Amino acid sequence: MIEYIWLVPFFPLLGVIINGILGIRFSKRLIGLIGSTAILLSFLVSCRILWEVLQLPPDARVFEVPLYAWIPCGDLKVNIGFLVDALSLVMMLTVSGVSFIIHVYSIGYMHDDPGFRRYFTYLNLFVFFMLILVSASSFLVMFVGWEGVGLCSYLLIGFWYQNKAPADAGKKAFIVNRIGDYGFLLAMMLIFVVFGSLDFLPVFEKTPHLFMGGELTVTLITLLLFIGACGKSAQIPLYIWLPDAMEGPTPVSALIHAATMVTAGVYMVARCNVLFSLAPVSMGVVAVVGAGTAIFTASIAIVANDIKRVLAYSTISQLGYMFLACGVGAFTAGIFHLMTHAFFKALLFLCAGSVMHALSGELDMRKMGSLKSRIPITYWTFLIGCLAIAGIPPFAGFFSKDEILWEAFKNSKMLWIIGDIVAFMTAFYMFRAVFMTFHGKSRMEPEVEHHVHESPPVMTNPLISLAFLSTVGGLVGIPIMKGWNKFHEFLGPVLGGHDAHVAGKSMTAVAHAAEVASHGEKAVVYSTGLELIMMEISVGIGIAGILAAYYFYVKRPELPGKIAQRFKGTYNLLYNKYYVDEIYSAYVVTPINIISTFFWKVFDEKLIDGVMVNGSAWLVQRISGGLKRLQTGYVQHYALSILVGLLVVFYLILK
Amino acid sequence: MVPIEHYLVLSAVLFFIGVLGVFVRRNAIVIFMCIELMLNSANLAFIAFARHLDSMDGQIFVFFVMTVAAAEAAVGLGIIIALYRNRETVNVDDINLMKW
Repeated sequence: MIEYIWLVPFFPLLGVIINGILGIRFSKRLIGLIGSTAILLSFLVSCRILWEVLQLPPDARVFEVPLYAWIPCGDLKVNIGFLVDALSLVMMLTVSGVSFIIHVYSIGYMHDDPGFRRYFTYLNLFVFFMLILVSASSFLVMFVGWEGVGLCSYLLIGFWYQNKAPADAGKKAFIVNRIGDYGFLLAMMLIFVVFGSLDFLPVFEKTPHLFMGGELTVTLITLLLFIGACGKSAQIPLYIWLPDAMEGPTPVSALIHAATMVTAGVYMVARCNVLFSLAPVSMGVVAVVGAGTAIFTASIAIVANDIKRVLAYSTISQLGYMFLACGVGAFTAGIFHLMTHAFFKALLFLCAGSVMHALSGELDMRKMGSLKSRIPITYWTFLIGCLAIAGIPPFAGFFSKDEILWEAFKNSKMLWIIGDIVAFMTAFYMFRAVFMTFHGKSRMEPEVEHHVHESPPVMTNPLISLAFLSTVGGLVGIPIMKGWNKFHEFLGPVLGGHDAHVAGKSMTAVAHAAEVASHGEKAVVYSTGLELIMMEISVGIGIAGILAAYYFYVKRPELPGKIAQRFKGTYNLLYNKYYVDEIYSAYVVTPINIISTFFWKVFDEKLIDGVMVNGSAWLVQRISGGLKRLQTGYVQHYALSILVGLLVVFYLILK
Repeated sequence: MVPIEHYLVLSAVLFFIGVLGVFVRRNAIVIFMCIELMLNSANLAFIAFARHLDSMDGQIFVFFVMTVAAAEAAVGLGIIIALYRNRETVNVDDINLMKW
């Protein structure tokens, strides 16, 4: 069955072909059915492959399945091929599973949209590229998926392209991603130059023989890869596109801009863990950027009023967590958080979509409130999602987030403190959203309030399934208890196989941490008791955040306004998102505009068009304008010139 | 026997009368006749050399030239008539459409 891995991305592609090319006369029901079934089949194939892989001993769980030679060109040989191992399987299952649920939800959510068929075609296309991305066996094929998801993200953000805001947001996402992709491309070229191959397995096999750790080349490769990851996964300084991406339909935000595509960067860093763990500087950069992004965007989320923007900033912040985990060498923890985050963040977004559905498209939390009993299923599932993201046991987020914090603690106290602050902020802003949306007094517009209704089952059932996953999804990786952390055991051979090469070769703290972190039981210096205490601390922080939100937004709802008045400067800074968009606009966009205008108006229009193109035409015209007078139309003149010519020839001959 | 120089001088004189006529006259029919004159001066030169060199080649050439001249006369007169029907003139100064 493993050699049939190509079926996994093939089914969504089939969906694209059927819906996109043949589906013009299909009913909406049929289109939705085809789109969802395609993803379900992918999911089932992935499950079957997982089952087969689990039968094998852990060391034999890596398969490369080449499909055909794509670019056989001299030294460069690239196959269209798939890599089946623990990491790609986890990603395939997460992507296809969450995608399936969101596809089903979309049938209800997009039901009245005239672009229904276009929507499902794009969505299937996205899943196709995403599955290519996570199952590729070489950097180049991964890059194909990488670009493909970027394209689909652009198409789906700008799905309602008739309005200016979504169209602009789509462009912004695409352009910002290009910057990251440039880094990825350079990294690929450098990898080819250094390793002579672009396939994952040969590259990672050669790495320990070529590098001792800390060399400039490997640092450069990993930093360039990380620039790519920053673009795709919305990290500082390239995170600005993600909040704007919320202009797309809500299920798209859930699928692409929360659960799957934005985690591609984390996946890529984890995939290249062999390279990263030999580059302590890059690891440090990854950890610091991750932690910085986490706290930076969490602070923005605290004051945002648009429910989808809160979730968007929260997504960036959680992605920061994942990079923090990767940066301290806890790749497994990062991927674990990636998976649980996919569950609860997709859930939260879909709930937000359900709220919008109930409130005729209202997004502003200041115009909500008291929805708890009006849309109970949405409320309870949203609550579960919030508990999961706040890190309250036994919900999924607790296990993954706690693991990241623990790994951070082992590596650097500073990163741990930042992580804890972010955990507090996360709990606070998520429950702020809960209380503002569902509790308190109603602040809805009267005619909106009149129409409040729970979503149809086709939308609530996906919510319930995701809520279930958010509740139990963390149980695959229970820490401390020996043998219970199945997730670690499963991913260990892929993500922890490097430390034999690292050990003793690199003296730097980060690489050391990478070594320690990837082997839980190696960390003898830290007792289990300490780990338990840390766990209690993080739960306590989560509860404190929830209580603070409760105090501010239920008990004393007038307080936030007062505090905002009191600390007007800080509030405005946060409310305006640190003016980052304005800064980029002033220092990046405007100079580029000026330079481009110069090139356009002066270089292109004056020099190229004016002097070179029109100038040469003008010159030719002038010369021929003079010469054309020789052609009088009188045959006698021509005859005269023939005679003169003849006489000259005779003279020259007879001379 | 008349020496060859006499024939050649006559031929050259006739030829230049023809050339001059082509250049200075404005009536298309006269120009046409001048061209015929030039052709015939060439014929004269051919014949003279044929006699002088005791060879038949020149005479054969003359037959060809006369054939060409006959064809030319037919075509040329046809053009001139067509021209006259269209422009109601045979003055070449009025016929200068073939230019920029």
